[in-house]
Amino acid sequence: MTLAHTDRPPRSPAAFRATHRTRGPQAAVRCRRRRTQLTAWAFVAPLVAYLAAFYLYPLYRNLDLSLRHYTVRSFVDGNAPFSGWANFSQVLHDPTFWPALTNTAVFTVASLAFQYTIGLALAVFFNRRFRLAGILRALFLIPWLLPLIVSSSTWAWMLNSESGIVNHTLNLVGIAPVDWLTSPRWALTSVIIANIWIGVPFNLVVLYSGLQNVPAELYEAASLDGAGAWQQFRRITFPLLRPVSAITLLLGLVYTLKVFDLIWIMTRGGPGNSSSTLATWSYRLGFGTLLPQFGPGAAVGNILILIALLFGLLYIRIQRRQEA
Amino acid sequence: MRQTRRTAIATVLLTATALASATACSSGSTAQGSSDQGTFTFWDPYPQFDASSDWGKRVASCGTPAGVTVKRTALDTTDLGNKALLAAQQGDSPDVMLVDNPVVSTLVEAGILTKMSDLGVDTSSVQQNIIGAGTIDGAAYGLPIGANTLALYYNKSVLDAAGVDPASVTNWDSLNAALAKVKAAGKKGITFSAIGTEEGSFQFLPWFWGAGGDLTHLNGSGGVDALSLWKGWVADGYAPNDVLSNTQTTSWQEFATGQYAFGENGTWQLANAAKAGFPYGVITIPAKDGGPAPAPTGGEFVTVPVQKDTARYAVTKQIVSCLTNAANLLGTDTALSYIAPTQAVQAQQTRADSALTPWVSAVAAARGRTSNGLGVKYPVISQQMWTAVQGALSGSQGPQAALAAAQNAAANHQG
Repeated sequence: MTLAHTDRPPRSPAAFRATHRTRGPQAAVRCRRRRTQLTAWAFVAPLVAYLAAFYLYPLYRNLDLSLRHYTVRSFVDGNAPFSGWANFSQVLHDPTFWPALTNTAVFTVASLAFQYTIGLALAVFFNRRFRLAGILRALFLIPWLLPLIVSSSTWAWMLNSESGIVNHTLNLVGIAPVDWLTSPRWALTSVIIANIWIGVPFNLVVLYSGLQNVPAELYEAASLDGAGAWQQFRRITFPLLRPVSAITLLLGLVYTLKVFDLIWIMTRGGPGNSSSTLATWSYRLGFGTLLPQFGPGAAVGNILILIALLFGLLYIRIQRRQEA
Repeated sequence: MRQTRRTAIATVLLTATALASATACSSGSTAQGSSDQGTFTFWDPYPQFDASSDWGKRVASCGTPAGVTVKRTALDTTDLGNKALLAAQQGDSPDVMLVDNPVVSTLVEAGILTKMSDLGVDTSSVQQNIIGAGTIDGAAYGLPIGANTLALYYNKSVLDAAGVDPASVTNWDSLNAALAKVKAAGKKGITFSAIGTEEGSFQFLPWFWGAGGDLTHLNGSGGVDALSLWKGWVADGYAPNDVLSNTQTTSWQEFATGQYAFGENGTWQLANAAKAGFPYGVITIPAKDGGPAPAPTGGEFVTVPVQKDTARYAVTKQIVSCLTNAANLLGTDTALSYIAPTQAVQAQQTRADSALTPWVSAVAAARGRTSNGLGVKYPVISQQMWTAVQGALSGSQGPQAALAAAQNAAANHQG
């Protein structure tokens, strides 16, 4: 866009005549400009090709998949008839849709709220330099470093209703065992708890680095004015962290919306559909049975993308209003 | 302003692409299909066996008589079906493929398997109930490499302590009586897998069929009886609550703790049973009113995906025959802890190891999940069935209501 603008010839009649009368220094400038432009495109081309091959094409394929009536046969021979919104309609009328949507909302909101609050609290805590702070902070990063399959399986073991350490501990203090993963009342809560644990390090790291950019003078000035710790947090830390918080929450939202492995390993979305989210449902439709339903699976995936896009746009709107 | 717009575009791209990577259906196939004349490709779901294992060597050796190289690729069982569809889509199917038996009808529906009769492979020696899962409209689309099924493992020490004679367990009433005694003796009753996947349906089927259940009418009285039986076990504390999240492997691990009287599990656990550290035995799963209940057949079929170059079939046939001839079947099925699909080889197996006798009769009574014309209707029914099992055992629905909803959903799907 910028390139197109700079290339446009001057619009005054005198200048117009000038360019057409002589092919002097003006033409040379234009030629040089065009060469610069071509070089610029040459630099951009690999990135565009990469984006097209690895992001736009899969997105297009996923959309195409969701708008056609695929059977296993037409998946192989490629002759799936166009079916418009039939897959979406089927998905929207499926009894799993509302539970999955509600679970996705609860899972995302609860995870984000706790991950962010705990992450922020820890970031503020580690921002006061003290002995062993580095080591402690590194320990908090462990959930991030573990492969999800390891941490999810470990959580599933710990929360096992028969032999898990959590129920064992509850038993020691006289609390009746809870069917963490196998009761419809608790399954969603259990996967949320595990997901919060996994998401805290990300929030901690981003918010902590955000805190490094808050000038120390502000705190000094505030304390001279007699502001207490809570007031300093409310009036300085939190407002100045707002841009970092916004991007942390947006990234967290995208990551949380698509969480699949954790739920699949811990509960398979069960019992029944009590911990199914749109992501696990999409997988189940596409790959979770002996007879794949690619069309409806892709439709659920696209709904998920749409939700994330809506929040992305919302984020931009809010940011624009703040900048205006 | 421009800065904002750039951020805006970046944000939109970021959100879209991050999600796209999660949802888009990958069409990249990692395993190589057939191309080279002297190399024949072979896929199986046995990643536990490497090239130096007996199985790996046998596959490789089956190319030698025809003077070709067999290139083997082992994939995860749950992956194999989808990989096969993708490979066919790319025109890149392997020459020979070993697939889980209920997947055969899906692949036939996709039109990517060759009939055994077209290849000239004789299937007459294979037991009818075992090859049933791979038979569609009267034509066999594969040869079973072996069969496994479910039975009840029991812990002798626990039963002795509770005063239960395993031979007395012949129907549901006597099984319930045994479980009550075990519980009264302070031990745990029975463990199984009721997880919300195909494994859950696989484990439920012996009880469902054993009460006369019909997969085309999930909410018939047989289905309700079977689900009520399971629900009763969990409610009465005969079975642990975590059966809802148990896979067959974790269910086995529970049984292997030595705390449980019974564990519903498969032929493939025999080697582990010997290592469990307590005396064990095996009985066939009883039907409601006595006699062995039909359990579902497990195990893989050797199939031949359709090739553009039909000249390859002659060599492919030799490879299939080599893998499934009597001498090799005995070795393969021993290695896999499977029961052979032919009576002749079964007899050899029981002669070598008498512990296999109850398994041979269990396999003889077993039924293919996709048999009797069910084919690709089975996956839809099965999904509704495991959902009903989960609903009833977790207490969110009664057995009758859960199965009625399942039947309704399955019927809607079949349209």
